[in-house]
Amino acid sequence: MDLSLLPDGGMRWLDASGPKSTIVLSTRIRLARNVRGVPFSQRAKDTDRTAVLERISEAAASSDRLAAAVAFHLDQMDRPERQVLHERHLVSKELAGLEREARPRPGAALLVQDQVGVMVNEEDHLRLHGMWSGFDLEDAYAAVEAVDADLGRLVPFAFHPEFGYLTSCPTNAGTGLRASVLIHLPGLVLTKEINKVLQGLSQVGLTFRGLYGEGSEVVGNFFQLSNQTTLGKTEDELIDHLGKIVRQVIEYEEQARDGLLKHARRLSFEETMNLLSGVRLGVGLNLLPGPGVYTLNKLLIYTQPAHLAAMDGRSTGDRELPTVRAAFVRRLLEAESS
Amino acid sequence: MLCDNCKERDAIINLTQVEHDSKVTLHLCEQCAQQKGVETGGAVLKSPLGNFLGAVVKGGGAGALVPAAGDGLRCPACGSTLRDFRDSGRLGCDQCYVSFDSHLRDLLRRLHGSSQHVGERYEAPGDNGGDDPRSRLLDLKAQLRRAVEGENFELAAELRDRIRVLE
Repeated sequence: MDLSLLPDGGMRWLDASGPKSTIVLSTRIRLARNVRGVPFSQRAKDTDRTAVLERISEAAASSDRLAAAVAFHLDQMDRPERQVLHERHLVSKELAGLEREARPRPGAALLVQDQVGVMVNEEDHLRLHGMWSGFDLEDAYAAVEAVDADLGRLVPFAFHPEFGYLTSCPTNAGTGLRASVLIHLPGLVLTKEINKVLQGLSQVGLTFRGLYGEGSEVVGNFFQLSNQTTLGKTEDELIDHLGKIVRQVIEYEEQARDGLLKHARRLSFEETMNLLSGVRLGVGLNLLPGPGVYTLNKLLIYTQPAHLAAMDGRSTGDRELPTVRAAFVRRLLEAESS
Repeated sequence: MLCDNCKERDAIINLTQVEHDSKVTLHLCEQCAQQKGVETGGAVLKSPLGNFLGAVVKGGGAGALVPAAGDGLRCPACGSTLRDFRDSGRLGCDQCYVSFDSHLRDLLRRLHGSSQHVGERYEAPGDNGGDDPRSRLLDLKAQLRRAVEGENFELAAELRDRIRVLE
């Protein structure tokens, strides 16, 4: 299997051309669909799976938007190749058979054309997905929805007038839509505001995961924010709601980044050290124009408790020291930039 | 004694926990105990009850939220039971939504706050009025006309009979 067949390696989103791409790495849309009358993956026999793949491949070939799709048959690929597809967020760990001692099941496949992929025989027969650069829910949804409509005209999907699109797990039923953004929030993590943000998310029906989606840990301050529910709201409502909240999180992150030291109102000694360490690294690598190292050195000594207390006529145990410290840091940084 | 969890194998581990002054004892077979995070080498409990219950919920996913009362229900299309769903959190086929309809309606309401899909409507290929007897009739009459025109009387007779049944 030749991965170079994929234009952009299936990762056009890496080009950072999308909106807000310094904070939002990518926007992902996923739709879950099943073929009517065929047992869901959990219950499907190997013959069911291969029949689903055949049917989808035929439909794709005669469709408008998947006619030139590159097909990867995971059960015929080596583990390292499958892992590469997973690391590119093109297939799930489950489909690629990367769980301990697992192997990809017969009929497990990925079709990719342009920026839209279709996982075949995952937890649901079809998982259509698209990844876009930056914060771009509308374009990503439009593209995935178009492929969905294409296939749905050729293959009968399982649909129920009350419950909507039927999925193997009822948490996905209805729209089958999971919209998510991969967002980098070091500012909120450093200022320890992140927990408030994450708690707020669950109150507004959103959820967060790590870099590789469900069950993965949060590493490197990367968070995947997505809708929790899929039923009872229209696709547009789900996307608008996520969009609104993400815009707010982006704003908080921008404020946190901007205000880390310059606008801080209270700073503990430890926080100050951590932030100064970051600034020092930035200056040392010539990523930041200033402040000068002399100023950074001075801050290191003069923000300690005894120095601050003496400077302001207080005791070292004074509860207001964090405020005094923040004011002192601001003064020194402002003096330097003026 | 049979395992409280799978009800198939013999229970070899007794797990007793006290919470809020009440004692809970579970009898588990080796496989089920391992699945639930109990170290069987010497029957050491690996995790406290909180994690143990967490593991139970995690194993069944959303299925664990369905009350056990309907466990015996079976989907005639795929043969899976409501019990299977409680254990795995996954349904067997699209007909399960019809077979377990009232249980799933409750569950969907708990999960999503609603069981009524308001998103995109979908019409499967071939369904174009196919489920609606009126449009089916119109379709058959059109076919009958074509058959008569083409002097295909055998087909025409068959179509006429099918139309009579529908009418």
